[in-house]
Amino acid sequence: MAVRADQIPLNRARPLTARVRGWLDRESVLGPIFVTPALILLVLLVAYPFVMALYFAMSNSFIGRPSEFIGFRNFIRLWDSDAFRQTFQNAFVFTSIAVAFKVVLGIILALLLNEQLWFKRMIRGAVLLPWVIPTALSTLGWWWMFNSLYSVVNWTGLALGLMDPPGPNWLGQRYYAMAAVIIVNVWRGLPFFAITILAGLVAIPKEIYEAAHADGAGANARFWHITLPMLKPVLAVVVLFSTIFTFSDFNIVYVLTHGGPINSTHLFATLSRMLVIDVGRLGEGAAVSLYLFPLLVFVVWAQLRFVRKHAN
Amino acid sequence: MTVARRPLMRRVAIHLGLLPFLIFALFPFYHMTLTSLKQDRELYDRFAIPLIITQGPTLEHYTKLIWDTEFLTWTKNSLMVTILATAISIVIGTIAAYALARMRFFGVGAFGTGIFVTYLVPTSLLFLPLAQVVNWIGLADSKWALVLTYPTFLVPFCTWLLMGYFRTVPKEVEECAMVDGATRVQALLRIVLPIAIPGLVCAILFAFTLSWNEFIYALTFTSSSDQITASVGVTSELIRGDIYFWGSLMAGAVLGSVPIVILYVFFLDYYVSGLTAGAVK
Repeated sequence: MAVRADQIPLNRARPLTARVRGWLDRESVLGPIFVTPALILLVLLVAYPFVMALYFAMSNSFIGRPSEFIGFRNFIRLWDSDAFRQTFQNAFVFTSIAVAFKVVLGIILALLLNEQLWFKRMIRGAVLLPWVIPTALSTLGWWWMFNSLYSVVNWTGLALGLMDPPGPNWLGQRYYAMAAVIIVNVWRGLPFFAITILAGLVAIPKEIYEAAHADGAGANARFWHITLPMLKPVLAVVVLFSTIFTFSDFNIVYVLTHGGPINSTHLFATLSRMLVIDVGRLGEGAAVSLYLFPLLVFVVWAQLRFVRKHAN
Repeated sequence: MTVARRPLMRRVAIHLGLLPFLIFALFPFYHMTLTSLKQDRELYDRFAIPLIITQGPTLEHYTKLIWDTEFLTWTKNSLMVTILATAISIVIGTIAAYALARMRFFGVGAFGTGIFVTYLVPTSLLFLPLAQVVNWIGLADSKWALVLTYPTFLVPFCTWLLMGYFRTVPKEVEECAMVDGATRVQALLRIVLPIAIPGLVCAILFAFTLSWNEFIYALTFTSSSDQITASVGVTSELIRGDIYFWGSLMAGAVLGSVPIVILYVFFLDYYVSGLTAGAVK
C-alpha cells in the first residue's frame, strides 16, 4: 500500500493549527464528523419516532389522555374490526394487482422505448411525466375523470360502445373504486418501472443477441431466454422497491376515495390516519401502521441479501 | 424475416405501439388543463363533448384561484419548505456520502446499512409518532415542522445517490491533491465536488421534487391556511362541503405542478439518469 498523506507521522514541532489540520485529515476523525449530522437526524427523527410508534401501538393511548401499557392487545383486537380485516385484504389485493400490471406493462413499454424512435427524448419525457408531478394534485385530476356525473372515462367508454349507459359509478361502487385506485397507482408507478427496466435492457451486451440470432433464435426465444433472465436483477430491485411503496400508499387513496365506499379501498396508512386524526385512537392507529413493518423487514432483508450482493 | 427487411414499417409499428402508453400518461394532464380553461356553462353541460373546448376558453378559474383563495400563500410556503429542506439535506447528504464512499472508520458499515434501511422506510409508517415529536418541539401547525422533518427522507436519498457518484471519482485525483498539501476537506470541495456536479444536480432535482410533492407529512403536521403547502391547500381548502368548484380545483392542480414541470423540461436527462441510479445501485 502506498504511503498516503494522512498516514505520514505528525511532526510534534508543528504549530497548533497545522496539528488540528493533520488530526482532521485522519479518516478515523473526519469520517465520524461527516456522518454525525445525518446520524443525529436519523436517530432523533426516524429511530426515536419508530420506538414511540412501538410504544403507542402497545398502549391504549387516546389523543389528550394518559395511556397505559396493554401489550399486544391492539394488534389482536384489530382482527375483530371489520374495517381492519377489510383493509388487510385490500392492501394485498391492491399491491399484488398494481405491481403485476406495472411489471408487465413496464417490460412492454421498456422494450418499445429501447427501439429506434423518432422523438426519443420527447417520448421519454412524456412517459416519465406522471412520476414527477405531485401525486396528490394529479390524483385530483383522476378524481374529476371518475366523477359520477361528468366522468370523461365513462363518456369515452360510451362513445366507443365499450360501456352500457350510464356507465359505472367508479368511486361509489366497491370493486370499481378498487379498480380506480389501482389504475391511478399503475399510471403513477409505470414510469419508474419502464425507465429502470429500460436501463437494464440497455446494459445487456449486444453480442449475446447477435450470437443467438446467428444460432437461429427467433424474437420470442430471444426474449424468454436472454432478455428476461438478464433483466432478473433489475426486476427484483424494482419489484421489491415498488411493493413496499405500493403497500404503504397513502396519497392516491386519500384523495380519490378516502378509503370508501365502506372501507373497500382503505390501506394501512389511510386507515391508521383516520383512526388517529378523526377518532383520536392513537394506540390502534399506530398498531395499524405497524402492520406495514413485517413487509418492510422482508424487503430490506431481501434487498440486503440478494440484490446488493448481486450488484457488487 | 420480413420485419427486418422493412425497418420503416417496423419503426411505424413501434410508434403505434407506444401510442396507447402516451395517451395513458398524458391524458389526465390534458384533461386537467382543459377543465381549468372551460367556462362553467360548458363544464357542467352534460351533453357537451368533454374532450375539447367548444364555447371558448376562459382564465376565470385561475383569477378566482389567485385572488379569492390563499393559493399564493400556499405556493410561497411550498417554495420555502422545499428550498430549505433541499439545501439542508444536500449539505448533510454530501458529507455523509463522501464519508461512506471514501473513508474507513469505526461503524461505517453499520451506518451505510442504516442509511439504506431508512431510504426504504415509507413516510406513512412514521407520520403518527413524528406528529407527536413535532408537537413536543412546539412546531405544531407550522411549516417549520416540514423543514425539520423532510430531511428524514431526503438525507437517506441524497446520501445514497451521491455515494454512487463519489465512488466513480478516481481516488488518485484526490490523493494527488492531498500529496500537494490540500486537506481532506479541501480535496472534497475543490476536486471531488466539481467532478461530481452531475450527481449533485441530480440530487438537488430529486430532493426538490420529493419535497415539493410530499403530502402526508404536510397534511398531518399543518392545517392553518397560512402554513399549509400547495398540495394540501388545493386538496383540502378548495374542497369544502359537497359543492366542488372543479374549474378552480383543476387550475390549482395545474399551477401547483408548474414549478416541477419547469424543472423537468430543463433537466429531463438528469431525471432519467437519477431515477435509474437511485434504484439500481
